[in-house]
Amino acid sequence: MRNKTLWIATAMALALAVMAFSAGWLFGAGDRPRAPAAPAPALPVVAAADDLGPAGMQLDAIRRGVPIGREAVPPPLAKVDNADLKRERAYPMQPPTIPHSIDGYQVDKNSNRCMLCHARANAATFQAPPVSVTHYMDRDDQFLAAVSPRRYFCNQCHVVQTDARPLVGNAFEDVDRLLHPPAGD
Amino acid sequence: MWTRSKAILLSLWRTLRAPSVHYSLGFLTVAGFLAGIVFWGGFNTALEATNTEQFCTGCHEMRDNVFEELKGTIHYSNRSGVRATCPDCHVPHDWTDKIARKMQASKEVWGKLFGSIDTREKFLDHRLQLAMHEWTRLKANDSLECRNCHDYDSMDLTRQGSRAAQIHKRWLGTREKTCIDCHKGIAHRLPDMTGVPQG
Repeated sequence: MRNKTLWIATAMALALAVMAFSAGWLFGAGDRPRAPAAPAPALPVVAAADDLGPAGMQLDAIRRGVPIGREAVPPPLAKVDNADLKRERAYPMQPPTIPHSIDGYQVDKNSNRCMLCHARANAATFQAPPVSVTHYMDRDDQFLAAVSPRRYFCNQCHVVQTDARPLVGNAFEDVDRLLHPPAGD
Repeated sequence: MWTRSKAILLSLWRTLRAPSVHYSLGFLTVAGFLAGIVFWGGFNTALEATNTEQFCTGCHEMRDNVFEELKGTIHYSNRSGVRATCPDCHVPHDWTDKIARKMQASKEVWGKLFGSIDTREKFLDHRLQLAMHEWTRLKANDSLECRNCHDYDSMDLTRQGSRAAQIHKRWLGTREKTCIDCHKGIAHRLPDMTGVPQG
């Protein structure tokens, strides 16, 4: 057998490898201290649904009562109310809120997406309420043909409403209610 | 120089005019057919390669201006992840129309080579003109590229906002208006729209 030496060498090398492997396995497994279980990450505190905090602590509404040392989970993004139903105004001069979503509406020097429907000339086409006549008046109460520059940026006064929970309490009273409080107040 | 090239051209012309001496008609037919397949495959592959967003945004004119603007819109990012790439809206999907548009695009290659809009300022200056091209095209083909995805017959108006449903039914349903009439600037910012009817 010509290759006898080779066979022996191979067998010895294999045996050595097996021994080295088992030794490594035994020592390695035995010596290595088990990694301490990572402390469970402190669960971020979800703000309770109804914690406006005690009275006088209302400014904490942004953290929703979560202690300063803990991380709060931000509330989910609020959904814009898109029902197209006109809302009550809280007082006679309140700019009406927008009853639809305005995602991606471009209102800048180049174009005004709102006026696509709410301009005087387009209101009939889209059956949208045209902006009131005050929007065409300059500060000297002169009527202009187009929307006055100071009224051009709709979002300065008109905003959408979302289903977000109010951050702070609100004790606002309607003027009618103030003038004619219901019996018992 | 001229005499030499003329001689070469003439001999080439004579060879082309002469009937084949060595190859049978059958061989020429089959070889021509196979070569045709290879050519056609190669042509279409190259054509489709120029019809990808990667190709379009390979030039900074597209990448830094219009593609950046697209990124913020619902045609790029939305809840379901279905999105439109550049050619979905800007290249007709039918083959003949596509070839016609691609031939037009040779003008855009010219513009690229000579830097017609190679700065932001030049782009803004030309923006209305560029947009007008697209609006005219979409108006002429009844917003075909919009309708490839947004089919009026498949629109469930009850799932739309009442405002949208009402307007779509009134103007789109009667075919009095087409998509681009109201939805200019749906995927890119609008240029100065003074005097341009919107809606």
